[in-house]
Amino acid sequence: MSVANILNIFFSGIFYASTLFLVAAGLQIVFGVQKIFNLACGSFYALGAYFGITLVKWFLVAGFPESLFIIPLIVAGIILAFVGPLIERGILKFIYGRDIHFQLILTFALVLIIEDIVRMFWGAQIQTTKGLYLLYGSVNFFGSIVPVYNLIVIGISLVIAALTSYIVMRTKFGKVIRAVSENREMSQALGINMNLINMQVFTFGTVLGTLGGALVIPSTAALPDMGLELIVLSFAVVVIGGLGSIKGAFVGALVVGLLKSIIISVYPEMELFLIYFIVIVVLILKPEGLMARRVA
Amino acid sequence: MKGTNIISFLKAPQIFGFMCFLFIISMFPLFASQYYSYLMLSFFSYSIIVMGFNLLFGYTGLLTFGSALFVALGGYTAAFLTQHSIMYMEVILIASIVLSAFIATIIGILCVRYVAVYFALLSLAFAELFYSVLLKSYHITGGDQGMKVLRPHLLSFALSQSTQMEFLIGNYYYYALCLLAISIFIMWRITSSPLGLCLKAIRENPTKAKYLGINVIKYRLISFVIASIYGAVGGTLLAVISGHVDTSLAYWTHSGTIVFMVLLGGFHNFIGPIVGAFIYIFLLDTVMSMTTYWRIIFGVILALIVIVSPGGIISWVEMFKNQLKRLRGSA
Repeated sequence: MSVANILNIFFSGIFYASTLFLVAAGLQIVFGVQKIFNLACGSFYALGAYFGITLVKWFLVAGFPESLFIIPLIVAGIILAFVGPLIERGILKFIYGRDIHFQLILTFALVLIIEDIVRMFWGAQIQTTKGLYLLYGSVNFFGSIVPVYNLIVIGISLVIAALTSYIVMRTKFGKVIRAVSENREMSQALGINMNLINMQVFTFGTVLGTLGGALVIPSTAALPDMGLELIVLSFAVVVIGGLGSIKGAFVGALVVGLLKSIIISVYPEMELFLIYFIVIVVLILKPEGLMARRVA
Repeated sequence: MKGTNIISFLKAPQIFGFMCFLFIISMFPLFASQYYSYLMLSFFSYSIIVMGFNLLFGYTGLLTFGSALFVALGGYTAAFLTQHSIMYMEVILIASIVLSAFIATIIGILCVRYVAVYFALLSLAFAELFYSVLLKSYHITGGDQGMKVLRPHLLSFALSQSTQMEFLIGNYYYYALCLLAISIFIMWRITSSPLGLCLKAIRENPTKAKYLGINVIKYRLISFVIASIYGAVGGTLLAVISGHVDTSLAYWTHSGTIVFMVLLGGFHNFIGPIVGAFIYIFLLDTVMSMTTYWRIIFGVILALIVIVSPGGIISWVEMFKNQLKRLRGSA
């Protein structure tokens, strides 16, 4: 295998990992603080992808230069933040303190609802941003050709990862959510506004998911059920990395992303099999994940 | 059993209700349309599946998003055997049962040490693993195209002269109904036996159950294996009905459907899941004939059930009964 091949595999794995990381980080932060395993975070990803396409179209129709298409994508991800409070205040708040099983099942209901909302607004056909993906050209690393857009997404993802750990570790808000994830009752007794925290954390998780979807979409195509596939993959990510920690999402995403691109080039039949096999091995041998189980 | 015992046994309201239920359902094809009789068949299969699921969830307190694994296992067993000229339905069923019991024991040993989200995730991981195997072994399973399931012989009768519809809503209807009746009976015996009580004790408080000398892990494993066998039997029945199996049987959303049925009917109750399966199948059929956006409607229904009435539809009957009692009391 040549250097170029290895680099190809490496870059596509990292690119894949960077979008997986965003969705998985959203899953982690919600699980870490609210103890809800949110199956719907894959649906947020789908929502972000579709809305991203639409905003890019409007952006171009409005006459802005094509080369700035990444701006509407990021904006799309951020605008969709409104979905977070809507779901948290409208639906999830009713089941806090209930049996954990009901919370899981409720997020499955959200998966169904969001999938059809996507169908209603955008139809069931495949949608893409057409040729915009290659607009930024590509660079040549020792014979491996990497689209610049991929590098931008990897960069954005790294920035978000750094920003997230900064927020969690260094800000007052981060301190509060770490406290809540350690001990809900105690933090509440100390005067933390739980309603506000729940809403903020869920919205944060949502935005990570929608941003992930919006950023990845130029390189692929959107389908209404794209979230279904992604949620099981990001579930693999968080299990491998360790439930509830951002670092876990980071490590898990790298493992799954790189693994996926390696297997696809070596023995594609084994792609999903190997990922779930590793998930099972990790769950059995080290159920707390490769990284310690804490927020941040 | 002495004569008086049998009479008092038959007089029990549950048995009476069960007999009425069987009678009405066995008359169903005589007055209902072919199409609805056909839907009844999928109700039979899902009834068996959800009963098993509920032994695990409602009785033992373990939620799984991986029950589709065993449904698909049963279905693919039927497809594989009929394509290799093993046509006897009884042989196929036994093969499904043995295979699912074997695989469930292995998976169960690894899974039942965990509870709550970890159990749900680990069983989901196994289901996804199986899904990926089905999807990628094209030469055996046909990949995403799936496999055909040929018409099996029932009680060694080939029944090849009738059309597919005649076969399904005729002989096969009663065959499946008998199987459902047997499954209900066995499950009823299980849940009212000491085993069932142990499982309930584990659900309510695993630590306490352990102190009382119940081997929690062992009983969870037993529950998991029984649930899996029920799933596989239901899957086998289901495969013959559609005459085709594909990977969507093993996909995690199919497990979600099973969870949905159980929640809809009510999981704290023996017949709740069966009621749920019935309502789900007929409601889905009605809604799908009206709109393509059935998911949003069902999603809202599921959300409402979870938020407002986690006991499911069956709990409304209880509520109604209590209301009646109170009214009578005050009058």
